[in-house]
Amino acid sequence: MKKEGIELIKDGKRLDGRDFDELRPIKIEVGVLKRADGSCYFELGDNKVIAAVYGPREMHPRHAQDAKMAVLKYRYNMAPFSVDERKRPGPDRRSVEISKVSREALEPVIIKEFYPKTEIDVYVEILQSDAGTRTAGINAASVALADAGIPMKDLVSSVAVGKIDGEVVLDLNAVEDNYGEADMPIAMVARRNTITALQMDGRMTKEEFDKGLKLAMNACRQIYELQRTALIERYSEM
Amino acid sequence: MYKVVIPGDFISEDVNRAGEGTYIEGGKVYAMRYGVVDDKEEIKVVPFVGKYQPARGDVVIGRITEISFPYWIVDIASPYEARLHMSEATPDGEKRIEFGSMHTYLDIDDLIVAKVTNVDPLMRIDLGLMEEFQLRGSGRLITIPYTKVPRIIGRRGSMIKMLKEKCNCFIFVAKNGRIWISGKEDDMELASDVILMIANEAHTSGLTDRVASFLDSHRRIRMYNRKNKGLKR
Repeated sequence: MKKEGIELIKDGKRLDGRDFDELRPIKIEVGVLKRADGSCYFELGDNKVIAAVYGPREMHPRHAQDAKMAVLKYRYNMAPFSVDERKRPGPDRRSVEISKVSREALEPVIIKEFYPKTEIDVYVEILQSDAGTRTAGINAASVALADAGIPMKDLVSSVAVGKIDGEVVLDLNAVEDNYGEADMPIAMVARRNTITALQMDGRMTKEEFDKGLKLAMNACRQIYELQRTALIERYSEM
Repeated sequence: MYKVVIPGDFISEDVNRAGEGTYIEGGKVYAMRYGVVDDKEEIKVVPFVGKYQPARGDVVIGRITEISFPYWIVDIASPYEARLHMSEATPDGEKRIEFGSMHTYLDIDDLIVAKVTNVDPLMRIDLGLMEEFQLRGSGRLITIPYTKVPRIIGRRGSMIKMLKEKCNCFIFVAKNGRIWISGKEDDMELASDVILMIANEAHTSGLTDRVASFLDSHRRIRMYNRKNKGLKR
């Protein structure tokens, strides 16, 4: 999108040796924070993300309460040390947008009517970033919400696809994201084939879009299985 | 072994038996929460954790957090605060407490045993005091997820009966997951250890036996320690 002049694909493989349809290694840990009601640590390649869920709890300010349902709040935040050049701490245009998009990606599965007048807080902290942090954040938040015992219809899984050197590939890393032609994060309810978030940066033809969507949907199903396994295993070890 | 489920897991096709913690979609029953399946008369999902949702008739342990005439505001370990009307705490007949003297009846931080008398659609929770409502003197309050309370009580009270006998303590378990224990210091220590153990392993089977053996070995250790007192030094 931004710069030209780096060869991102060599001999049919990507720079980090992955195939076009290959995810980066994923690691999921459930219940890593003692103070939070639910939490999850999520690694996607070099992305390291932690999600904490608090609530449902009494909502403040009171005028923002919803008499019929709980209010979901989502804060995506990058640590100053998460990127090469120090990130100025605090919310900015980008993180506010990502917070909104991520919240809306999760909202459809949460059964908010169960706890009227309360709020559910989701905090997603990006400890280390390597492109695709919003998708990692959604995956982590989804597991953390389940861990907090929030009533939900399903889990949400998320991944990005993009276009580099004219090829549609899955799960871009930072170099591919910076020098590639397009980036498209999606979130979906894997078991229902329902897409809850989709953004695109760059250009793709309709055919490329369809191909990318298919790749991403398949990857979401893989991620869903990993999320599921992480949750089940937490209580099966005893 | 209990079956662990996550939200969205298919449980059964028997829609008529779908209970708490499940939802129905397309004629099938799915899990709504992360927990274990309880498939007896109803198909339920018992969540591992969660926030207590007050219901009329529940007996809870509350802590007074505020006095706002004519109510005491009570924290009941729930997303909703509850209120207790002043007439609840007055001796018979006397309906009114002088403004400014409510704290002489119940003060901030006092623990009370109360029954939820009403939950309105706006989630205003009204409480009524139980006969023996005050938790005073030496004792300790522990909190476990409210979803584990049935495990602490056991089938027809078997578990709690055993705990009371073996730990030699007064134990009161409230619906909201708060538990009051009072007794001798080391008895209380044992009781709270065991209760936390039950809460942590509530999803496993054969728990009653394990708790029994834990209690027995613990008692043996204590007897041994008592017998050998003064020998070591």
